[in-house]
Amino acid sequence: MSPTPDAGEIGADHVGTNQIYVLHVNGQDREVRDAWVGESLLYVLRERLGLMGSKGACEQGECGSCSVLVDDELVCGCLVLAATAVGQRIVTIEGIAPVGAPSDVQQAFVDAGAVQCGFCTPGLIMATHALLDRSPEPTEYEIREELSGNVCRCTGYGRIIDAVQRVAVARRGATSGGAS
Amino acid sequence: MSVTVALTLDEALTALATDPAATVLAGGTDLMVELNGGHRRAASVVAVNRVRELRSWRHDPAAGTLWLGAAVTYTEIAQEPIAALVPALAQAARTVGSPQIRNAATLGGNVGTASPAGDGLPVLAALDAVVHLASAGATRDVPFAEFATGPKRTVLQPGELITGVTVPVLHGYQGYSKVGVRNAMVIATASACLAVDVASRSVRFAMGSVGPVILRAPEAEAIAAAAADFDAGTIPSEVVERFGAAAGAAARPIDDHRSTAAYRRRAIEVLARRLLARAFPAGAPIGGDA
Repeated sequence: MSPTPDAGEIGADHVGTNQIYVLHVNGQDREVRDAWVGESLLYVLRERLGLMGSKGACEQGECGSCSVLVDDELVCGCLVLAATAVGQRIVTIEGIAPVGAPSDVQQAFVDAGAVQCGFCTPGLIMATHALLDRSPEPTEYEIREELSGNVCRCTGYGRIIDAVQRVAVARRGATSGGAS
Repeated sequence: MSVTVALTLDEALTALATDPAATVLAGGTDLMVELNGGHRRAASVVAVNRVRELRSWRHDPAAGTLWLGAAVTYTEIAQEPIAALVPALAQAARTVGSPQIRNAATLGGNVGTASPAGDGLPVLAALDAVVHLASAGATRDVPFAEFATGPKRTVLQPGELITGVTVPVLHGYQGYSKVGVRNAMVIATASACLAVDVASRSVRFAMGSVGPVILRAPEAEAIAAAAADFDAGTIPSEVVERFGAAAGAAARPIDDHRSTAAYRRRAIEVLARRLLARAFPAGAPIGGDA
């Protein structure tokens, strides 16, 4: 192996203790100021950037309530060191749809009664979008496996799975309708 | 605290040469838990999960080997084309955490953390994997069996980085099985990998969560190899029983907050029997062609 960086490629980013750094969140460059460089992405999103949609509960990747996309990959925001995400595309629940105009997944969760206390909902919405983007017609088994990193203590999951299936059916109808 | 985000291997090794005490961060699924909880402090961090060379992998059909870069994630390992080359590692990958965890967690991180419960590690032990290490100006290879020296202790030196792992691409059954309190998001109570190598007429068996490091079960392996008909794919059913007992005897489990030594040993016996029966499904040939 002989690594040769491409011409013009940026070199290693180095972020010092209280240095300002920039995160690309929901399509915007956001400066992170007055932050300790050891903070997780979840903490920075909530406490530095005021994006309260991602929830913090276990802080160890067990509950999924902080799920966000980093370069299109669904990850737990609590397990990402925020300063390492410089230059990556971050999408949070706030970037899924504007307030008042829910995404089809969000609307399906409402329609199916898949929201009770609501704490797990942002993470589940992120995970469901990621699932359906990759696998448009998931089986129930696949839904259960793919949402296994998102803990809900209210619903018993039945209505959440129902909501996911409703979206899959609706999207399939929209696709075939458009094709005919 | 300072954070260096390396994008090339050179950058990572230079950063570690400048600051050998730096903490290496890969997928974050172990280290961030400790940082978030205040159980660990790091004066400096070198993040390697975006290092291009470490995110790649290479199959060498002529050599019959697969090189996996240290930053390859468990999501990638669970899918084709890697899954077909090392089926047991793909099975293990699918038991790692959740989709969110698998998207972040890396093979190199699993090796480096060196937890006795590391999900991928029994597979690397069964396959006699080689761990590749590099520091500025030097590289060395360490057999997987010699890499971990105890729970979360390894031969890795300051300034050294795990760059990848090489495993053989074997012909023959390989499988992984794990016991835990649920299917997802669980740390193994006991885990095991069985790999058959038809070419060398060998059966390899490795166990996790039942010792200070991942353990092999050489006596059990010898019992299975001596009794198996590698061409017919059969083994006498009483050998399956003896194999399980020998595997359980090779385990060195302890009682802790997650389980008891007795339960773990029992779990290994069951996993061993189950995996061997899957490897040689026709316990006794039917129809008299034996």
